[in-house]
Amino acid sequence: MNNGHDTHTHIVPIKVYLLVYVALLVLLVATVGAAYLPGHHTLLNNIIALTIAVVKAVLVVLYFMHVRYSTRLTWLWASAGFFWLLIMFILTLGDYFTRHWVPVQGWE
Amino acid sequence: MSVAVAKPGEVKHNYLNAGDTVRSWLLTTDHKRIAVLYLVSVTLFFAVGGLLALLIRLELLTPQGDLMTSETYNRVFTMHGVVMIFLFLIPAIPAVLGNFLVPLMIGARDLAFPRLNLASWYVYMAGGLIATWAMVNGGVDTGWTFYPPYSSSYSTSQVTLTIVGAFLVGFSSIFTGINFIVTIHKMRAPGLTWFRLPLFIWAHYATSVIIVLGTPVVAITLLLVAVERVFRLGIFDPALGGDPILFQHLFWFYSHPAVYIMILPAMGVISEVIACFSRKRVFGYHFVAFSSVAIAVVGFLVWGHHMFTTGQSVYAGMVFSLLSFLVAVPSAVKVFNWTATMYKGTIEFRAPMLYVMGFLGLFVIGGLTGLFLASLATDIHLQDTYFVVAHFHYIMVGGTIFGYLAGLHFWWPKMTGRMYPEGIAKLAALIIFAGFNLTFFPQFVLGYLGMPRRYHWYPEEWQMLHVMSSAGAALLGIGYILPIFYLLWSLRNGAIAGPNPWGATGLEWKTDSPPITHNFEETPIVTEEPYAYENHHQHEEVASGTGASTAEA
Ligand code: HEM
Ligand SMILES: [Cu+2]
Repeated sequence: MNNGHDTHTHIVPIKVYLLVYVALLVLLVATVGAAYLPGHHTLLNNIIALTIAVVKAVLVVLYFMHVRYSTRLTWLWASAGFFWLLIMFILTLGDYFTRHWVPVQGWE
Repeated sequence: MSVAVAKPGEVKHNYLNAGDTVRSWLLTTDHKRIAVLYLVSVTLFFAVGGLLALLIRLELLTPQGDLMTSETYNRVFTMHGVVMIFLFLIPAIPAVLGNFLVPLMIGARDLAFPRLNLASWYVYMAGGLIATWAMVNGGVDTGWTFYPPYSSSYSTSQVTLTIVGAFLVGFSSIFTGINFIVTIHKMRAPGLTWFRLPLFIWAHYATSVIIVLGTPVVAITLLLVAVERVFRLGIFDPALGGDPILFQHLFWFYSHPAVYIMILPAMGVISEVIACFSRKRVFGYHFVAFSSVAIAVVGFLVWGHHMFTTGQSVYAGMVFSLLSFLVAVPSAVKVFNWTATMYKGTIEFRAPMLYVMGFLGLFVIGGLTGLFLASLATDIHLQDTYFVVAHFHYIMVGGTIFGYLAGLHFWWPKMTGRMYPEGIAKLAALIIFAGFNLTFFPQFVLGYLGMPRRYHWYPEEWQMLHVMSSAGAALLGIGYILPIFYLLWSLRNGAIAGPNPWGATGLEWKTDSPPITHNFEETPIVTEEPYAYENHHQHEEVASGTGASTAEA
């Protein structure tokens, strides 16, 4: 493409990359740690693990994938992708969570 | 803007004669040439799929399986489905007409990523050849849907190879989708605002959104089936600890929207042709444009209607059923707006317009029968019967092929510089319409009576309906072969078209036919709304080449 204004590369200091990398490692340790929490809170564990995973993904997308320095259009598309993923998860889980529910009285 | 016009007999510079070595075609990055490459390959795969279809209908002439074994029959209908869906219906309009027209219609020189465009053709060919290779080396018997655990654990056919083929073809369409999105965002001619875009472009934009957001899911899903097959990892097979319904969720998350990948581009063609041959602006332009986007979004919310009888939760089924009815709304918006466009128009029944009328009829029948399937209770009876087969053929095959043929005829003069012969083209359109209905309408009745899909033995009393359907298929076959002959004939013998034989609006008509390599002598500037047919009605000099210029800036 030849309209130069949005093809320029943004120079990110190495420090930023390293910081993000360290943050990811810390979050990794946190995930493992959460799995060892006392008691058998599988639901709680899942929520914690998924939350951390989302934070990590956001960091990767923003910094390593450069979305943070991109145009609004790229932002829009990146969020659209996540929105679509959400649709897929929510509707599929909607099936899984309700599969064992008892049918309404008088059905069968 | 100047339009240089060819006098009869004089050979002008254009994309076709810009080089005639094989190399100049195989290494081209010109979107128009790549469209021609796609045109040829898509037609070849259509012929393969069509031959397999005729085999199916030949087998079904009699209630006994006397032409082939059950195993062969499974392989034939699977390959028919795989070839038709992945290698014809999905790429046909975007890769051929879209590739050719998207840059022309927005006044650009090419797509944003010309080499990615060429790569997409190679990846498509690689996928297609691998699938064909799998077919001649034993074939696949899982049905085009590849449902596990049969596909992942039990089938002894060439599932892995076919999945690799489908995976590649998926990536080819992702390449095209990315290319269209970036091109439409970034390369529109000055003055061409979003609401001056032709509806063909809106439709391709929406299609690209679906492709880019949906195709990766099915690609990975199919790859997971292959992984489960090869490494015995438990993903979908309950015997290995997997969940087969998860496959269906992931598969239909793409494959329901995929039906709109096939039908939306056709809808784009319909809008262009109706406006031109009714000599009117499209009624409710904004509604038609937004309904494409609405279809792209809502189409992602309804996939569970393919799973009502699979063991999916009844509550999920209720939600999916309800949501499915919503898709009918934007589709209906389009149909009503097209009808309103024709109302009091000066309608000219040229061949493309005949295909458009055919499209409207088939799409309405296909769409309305979808509602029977989207209703939980009636679907229990109709699921996996010929009713479903008829429904999706009306929608996808009827819709896509009629749109494709309408578009191919409509832009044939632009692509080749020659007119197709009108009389025989109209005849072919009528044969195809008659053949189509004779083939698929009896299948609604068969399905309602209980004929299951994918069987080749059936009770005697259904033979009459099957014979009708097979006769229709033969007629349809003749109808499809005709255009191949007369279109090839027209390349040498057709009347010279001139830049704008239909007196149509739109930037693609403001350059030569066939277009020069860089599309336009100078970048066009757009100053008016699309489809302004009322503004300059009869003084268009039809086929004389003076091409009304609305682009003086
Ligand atoms: C008016 C809106 C529509 C509704 C409510 C609808 C509904 C359905 C439902 C419920 C099924 C599943 C039937 C079953 O397996 O029991 C189905 C099948 C199918 N529909 Fe539609 N449909 C609609 C429009 C379309 C459109 C526009 C297309 C294509 C462009 C399409 C293509 C298909 C295909 C391919 C299948 C067969 C899937 C298979 O192999 O089992 N439908 N439709
Ligand atoms: Cu569907």
